[in-house]
Amino acid sequence: MMLSRTASSLYWLGRYIERADFYARLIEATVRLDVMSSRPAGEVAWSSALAVTDTEADFAAFGGELTQTDVVRFLALDTRHGGSVIRCLDRARTNAKAVRTALSREAWTAINRAWLVFENRRQIGETQATLSLVEAVKNETRGFEGAVHQMLRNQAHWFIRLGQAVERADNTARLLDVKYHILLPAGETVGGVVDRDQWTTILQTVSAVTAYRWLYSDGLVPANVIDLLIASRDLPRSLMASADTTVELLGLLAERTGSHGEADRMARMRATRLGKTRSGEVIASGLHQYLQAFIRENGQLHEAIGRQFRFG
Amino acid sequence: MRLSIDHRTVYRFSEPQSRLVQMLRMTPENSHDQTVARWRIDVDCDVKMRRGRDGFGNAITMLYAEGPIADIEIAVRGEVLTSHSDGVVRGVSEALPPAVFLRATEATPRDPAIAAFAAEITAAADGVVGMLHGLNRAIHARFTADRARPEPGLSAAAAFDRPTATSRDLAQIFAVAARSLDVPARYVTGYSIVEGATRPTPHGWAEAFVEGLGWVGFDPFTGRSPQEESVRVAAALDAAGAAPVAGSRLGEGEEELDVAVTVSAQ
Amino acid sequence: MGKRPAFDEIMGMSGEAPPRPALAALGRWLDQTPDDELRRRQEAAETTFRQLGITFAVYGDSDTRERIIPFDIVPRVFLADEWARLSEGLVQRVEAINAFLDDIYGERRILAEGVLPPDLILGNPQFRPEIAGMRPPHGIWAHICGIDLVRTGPDEFFVLEDNARTPSGVSYMLENREAMVRLCPELFREYRVEPVDSYPDRLLATMKSVAPPGVRGGSAGPVCVVLTPGHYNSAYYEHSFLADSMGIELVEAADLVVDDDYVWMRTIAGRVRVDVIYRRVDDDYLDPLVFRADSMLGVPGLIAAYAAGNVAIINAPGNGIADDKAIYSYMPEIVRFYSGGEAKLPNVETWRCREPQALRYVLDHLDELVVKLVDGSGGYGMLVGPTASRAEIDAFRAALIAEPHRYIAQPTLALSTVPTLADSGLSPRHVDFRPFVLTGSNGVQVVPGGLTRVALKQGSLVVNSSQGGGTKDSFVLMAEPAGQSQTQTMGGMTQRQGGGA
Repeated sequence: MMLSRTASSLYWLGRYIERADFYARLIEATVRLDVMSSRPAGEVAWSSALAVTDTEADFAAFGGELTQTDVVRFLALDTRHGGSVIRCLDRARTNAKAVRTALSREAWTAINRAWLVFENRRQIGETQATLSLVEAVKNETRGFEGAVHQMLRNQAHWFIRLGQAVERADNTARLLDVKYHILLPAGETVGGVVDRDQWTTILQTVSAVTAYRWLYSDGLVPANVIDLLIASRDLPRSLMASADTTVELLGLLAERTGSHGEADRMARMRATRLGKTRSGEVIASGLHQYLQAFIRENGQLHEAIGRQFRFG
Repeated sequence: MRLSIDHRTVYRFSEPQSRLVQMLRMTPENSHDQTVARWRIDVDCDVKMRRGRDGFGNAITMLYAEGPIADIEIAVRGEVLTSHSDGVVRGVSEALPPAVFLRATEATPRDPAIAAFAAEITAAADGVVGMLHGLNRAIHARFTADRARPEPGLSAAAAFDRPTATSRDLAQIFAVAARSLDVPARYVTGYSIVEGATRPTPHGWAEAFVEGLGWVGFDPFTGRSPQEESVRVAAALDAAGAAPVAGSRLGEGEEELDVAVTVSAQ
Repeated sequence: MGKRPAFDEIMGMSGEAPPRPALAALGRWLDQTPDDELRRRQEAAETTFRQLGITFAVYGDSDTRERIIPFDIVPRVFLADEWARLSEGLVQRVEAINAFLDDIYGERRILAEGVLPPDLILGNPQFRPEIAGMRPPHGIWAHICGIDLVRTGPDEFFVLEDNARTPSGVSYMLENREAMVRLCPELFREYRVEPVDSYPDRLLATMKSVAPPGVRGGSAGPVCVVLTPGHYNSAYYEHSFLADSMGIELVEAADLVVDDDYVWMRTIAGRVRVDVIYRRVDDDYLDPLVFRADSMLGVPGLIAAYAAGNVAIINAPGNGIADDKAIYSYMPEIVRFYSGGEAKLPNVETWRCREPQALRYVLDHLDELVVKLVDGSGGYGMLVGPTASRAEIDAFRAALIAEPHRYIAQPTLALSTVPTLADSGLSPRHVDFRPFVLTGSNGVQVVPGGLTRVALKQGSLVVNSSQGGGTKDSFVLMAEPAGQSQTQTMGGMTQRQGGGA
């Protein structure tokens, strides 16, 4: 028996931590796209980061140039909108505080430390400083992940992971969608150097470069990357793996509460469908449309979870 | 007299509410001078209702409704037989000693201006009953009657500064004045034809405790004691304590309240 | 401030060596443990408290960070026979408080028989007419009482104040003991100390015992919860600590709904009926339909459920009348009225200036007495006779003659001291004491321990944590067993592990 409010806080805690981690990875990826590619991607890279996080309107409202310094400050440190790392960590911490007794001391400490990384940080600095900030966030979220892994396998653990899984599905879909927003510079061809750099960066963002090499021997092929990130059961951040995890966690919770509901059904249907997905079909019918539909469906699943567990 | 009462309360919400909990003080009880012949509370949606009593001894009905609720109508209809009395309340079970009704509340605070007014009016009066009747008439004479719905949260002290007053304000001023004279006094809510047949709110008056006589009704709206034209429903320290509806809702948005009370004599 | 020397609870009447015979070993321990070592242990305890988050917020302080209450490493000790006598007095007092509340919201016999002036009760804001006529399940009102005491001699205890609403501080009793067991284990080998770690179990048993009659038994038993205003409240640590150590839910108002005159909590598996609520929310904020309408902390309909007898609220609403300042001076009469005997535990002697005889005495002895306003607080409107100037005494004399009913007077007491680790080393400091008394349908029990507060400033009598007070562990020694088998007994004592932060 768990209070709905407690479950809701744990779930959101999982979501916000995951989201903070994603934003950090996205910043890292964009820095790479912009700086480390053979030809800098420039403004287009930074505008794609905003597009993926749905923060273009906020960015326009709060000013700034489409430069690394301004966009990173906006995505990492700006407290005026919900789409920044600092706000995600702050919300994660507020939720954690409200359910502190349901967390292990290590899990709480990790969240608190992640938050402290930002407490007095107002300036973003140069590329190295940006990357080390990103690294610090990733370290703390990884620490949290580890602490959650050590927690008793109970409902508290499952709700945190459920939040993470739902958020992760959303994030990976958005990341893949970067490729839709980011156009190739004039003169570059699909399959050319820049195109491949872009795909590599996406793989790096989800820590999947090595996995890709293990699974595919024929070099970097976009269809393979899409396959891996959508349909692979073995890559933890793929849509398929997130969908499987969601089904599994909802099943564990259903066992405890003694009833299945709308969220269980939706999650199972989604996992079954993803299991049959082939990248060829996705590309043929439009990757962007596919991902947009997935993000919408994931949102509906989120709503159903809220109803099923009476988050209110 | 046979009084027929129709009291409709409608709440409309700008957004559907997920829950409503209300405490209704809408049930008159039998006493020496009033007999409830027929009484019912109907609600236009699925609700659970439970009867009980508040700390002042008033009959209450708890109303619990599950959403989504866009609007709710509480319809109270009944007939009460009343007989002529001299204003003395008889046959009502008292939950609390009169001395409790000397205390001040937020809406009926101690107020120097009302106290000075009360002292001046009653300086020459003979006996407690005479004093209270004098006070009742003086309050009646001082204000122009306002038949509109009273302003929420207005205290007796603030109302005393104005030229017009509703029956609620008059009764609360009476209570403050009587208490300043060390006479226990309380606010009564009920139904009456003195303000006309159709009203945007139930009627309010006051009762004061006179040693040897008991609780005596005073209606500063008329300047005399309530007669058989009134049905007594609930009494408390002030109007908020005796309010027909104390409610709480769970949901966003604004609420709009519409009340219509019709009292007719047959 | 005393001309009389204060009684030191370890060193005895003289305040110097040798210590009281029963505490010779403790005296040796104090003598032989270097101050630096004591200080090291004290700091270790405070570090733990900070990590656990046993903090309080000081209101109105420019520095609004959360603080811990200073902890002193030297325990205060009650001998078994002293404790037994004290407990009898506490039980008697708490039984009277419960009988008083049951009477005053019911028949009001005590007023009818002229024991108390009716206006003292009926005009008192702490008497809540909103819940008159409602009776808690099993007729128990003050389930958890904290009785604040001062001491002037081995068996001379005086009640300073009763707390019958939501007495706090029990988490300090438990955490202080845990720190002592960890940091000073040698003391527990030397003395057989009554354990306090059963408190959460006793509290839960008390809660279950007052569940509304007819609540399903069986393995599930009655459902009990702790109701907190939320994690912004300064005592939130204690709320979550208690819920955790009892293994019950810590709920906020938004987690509870009242439906059909029953209370339910919203869980992921649907609604679960709640039978007993240990609320740490004041009466005013309990139910917006009955008390303050603007309360966001309240549960609409809770009082209706309570009136219907479907939920127990711990402590019951309306209890403020029992621990009100104006009522305090009548406690000896109240105890006599309900118990039929004299109060075993006296009040600090109090002259009610509304009574002509008392007023005469007070006016004749102004230079020896403390005179207080009945409705004053925090030391305002107070005369401390022994240290007051002629002019101050004259001013109070005039005020007393003008409005005698507003004043009470008390003697200045020589409060007991306990050696305490000060900057300069061990030094006597004044202490007070708050034992906790639980009342369920199964009877009244005094938890063998409590919260000792100590005034850390030399000579100070102010023990409030907001004004430089600290806490100590409070040992209650077990009675000596007939056949002595002393050494190993401590091994059997287990302390609850892990503070549950």
